[in-house]
Amino acid sequence: MSDNVLIVKDLNMHYETLSGDVSAVKDISFSIKKGESFGLVGESGCGKTSVAMSLLQLQADNAKISSGSIVLDGQELVGLSESELRKVRWNGISIVFQGAMNAWNPVIKVGEQIREAIREHYPSNSKSENTKKIESLFKMVDLDESIMERYPHELSGGMKQRAVIALALSCDPKVVIADEPTTALDVVVQDQILKEIKKVQELLGLSLIYISHDIAVIAEMTDNMAVMYAGRIVELGPTSKIFKSPKHAYTRLLLESTPSVVGDKKKLRSLEGEPPSLIDEQEGCSFSPRCPEPTKECADRSVEMQLIEIDPGHYADQCCVKCG
Amino acid sequence: MSKNLIEVKNLEKYFEVSSGLFGRNKGVVKAVDGISFNIPFGESLGLVGQSGCGKTTTARSLCLLDPKTNGDVSFYNQESDSMQSIDDLDENELKKFRRNIQMIFQDPYESLNPRWTIKDIILEPLNIHNIGELNDREEAVVEILKTVGLTPPENYLPRYPHELSGGQRQRVSIARTLIMKPKFVICDEPTSMLDVSIRISIMDLMLNLARDLEVSYLYITHDLAVARYMCNRIAVMFNGKIVEIAETEELLKNPIHPYTKRLISSIPVPDPSYDRVVYDLDYDELDSIIAKDTENIGMVDIGNEHFVATHDVKGLL
Repeated sequence: MSDNVLIVKDLNMHYETLSGDVSAVKDISFSIKKGESFGLVGESGCGKTSVAMSLLQLQADNAKISSGSIVLDGQELVGLSESELRKVRWNGISIVFQGAMNAWNPVIKVGEQIREAIREHYPSNSKSENTKKIESLFKMVDLDESIMERYPHELSGGMKQRAVIALALSCDPKVVIADEPTTALDVVVQDQILKEIKKVQELLGLSLIYISHDIAVIAEMTDNMAVMYAGRIVELGPTSKIFKSPKHAYTRLLLESTPSVVGDKKKLRSLEGEPPSLIDEQEGCSFSPRCPEPTKECADRSVEMQLIEIDPGHYADQCCVKCG
Repeated sequence: MSKNLIEVKNLEKYFEVSSGLFGRNKGVVKAVDGISFNIPFGESLGLVGQSGCGKTTTARSLCLLDPKTNGDVSFYNQESDSMQSIDDLDENELKKFRRNIQMIFQDPYESLNPRWTIKDIILEPLNIHNIGELNDREEAVVEILKTVGLTPPENYLPRYPHELSGGQRQRVSIARTLIMKPKFVICDEPTSMLDVSIRISIMDLMLNLARDLEVSYLYITHDLAVARYMCNRIAVMFNGKIVEIAETEELLKNPIHPYTKRLISSIPVPDPSYDRVVYDLDYDELDSIIAKDTENIGMVDIGNEHFVATHDVKGLL
């Protein structure tokens, strides 16, 4: 077990709002090895980004981690002070935010913004060392070094996104979180960025957490994956296994609702209904109101939600496993 | 050959741009550069290509939101049972034309007036075109809400767009479009802003409505997988030109143009065991070949109504 870079155990996080506590992350547990790429997939609002934010503890002020632990390379992150966390961010875990290409400061040159991050973590580095570092990062993501002297508005979406990846790598992180890094991009550019991320990950032996709602991208990018629904992981395991024999009804629906350009044209299934409210949650399986074939037990919501191991390393929620 | 609903010949849309001090350097951006296609009755055409290739400009020129620079667009005229060019329409005919051609926009968060109720939004086109009595209009709104699956309609009529989810809003957009009983609907990436789980239900809704109400779509998207699900034929656009057009399955199985190959091979496949090989394409080379070929408006038929642009792409094939 020692080769795990990141171990998340029974993580719970909620947002305190005027209408009550919104439990966005519920009993999430997973671990990631060095060089592994781990996918988090689910529809909007299922808690994917909340998990990412909890790992870095960058959540909004009203968010509270109520229990659980996050261990990065033997160091417990929950309960660290702000100044200790600052050391971990970017150095231990960095993130490519959703729509990050719009997150550049428009009045500062791209190179200078990356330099700022490096300076914070390696104050003793000389200016020329930092420049060299940024040049090598740009080379890695196929950007010309002259881009350092450009302002964000001078770059295309794909170039900005490449620069964001360079920024995320600037302080030699062990784990990189990519939160929907390609959603705003065109298919061809998306394809290039995905390749870039894969190449860099293999080159540096990074552990990658890839968050997306697009199951086709998850299929291509990840070794292991977790399917999230309403704040919980409902299925977890090797990507190839989950695609081949999905055990949870929600996973099956996600797979059957994705169009593809290869193979025979299939009738796609749609997922009816809305995800449940995360305030005052009911007992039992939260997916049962939308489940296409609920048994009586599911509908009564008498089965407690809990992941059970079906095959080595492949877990699914027990309610669906029992239904078969 | 069945009858055509719309015929487009050599459509061009140029934008003048100026740069430099006081805009002294004038230039022309050829956003749509001589494209031609037909859409037969009851068929849907997918228009695919990268951002900025002129898909949306084509759509806007077709429905006269932006006047075209050159070329001819003709629609089937029921009264005379013949094709009629949109340039020949007088004011009355133009109004009728606009009833028959409608558009669904990409972003349901920005295309609905936030200060109007759902009822006002869907009622507006009926009021503008003065269709039916007031009571009938309200009934029509209730009916169309049922058709697009917003039931019970009474719950939705008095609500405002911000109270609805993305999928529900897009249903409102579709309702607003279809209440005019159009023959032709231009859909500009109507599902790209929606979550995966609702995307299919919106696409299925549109397919069912196309069948029941005999509507043809021009479906604009950058995702070939979506176009495959929605359309009978697909046209691939690159830098303002259509480079390949064919029946959907034919195009996917037997792509000829290098850009089509590139586009198809860029789509992620939802199967981890599938080894996707990306077709390598030198854009600059392709660009210069296409740019040199100024006369090429022609497409060549390679069989099965599969057309490929005639410019010399042998070097790239």
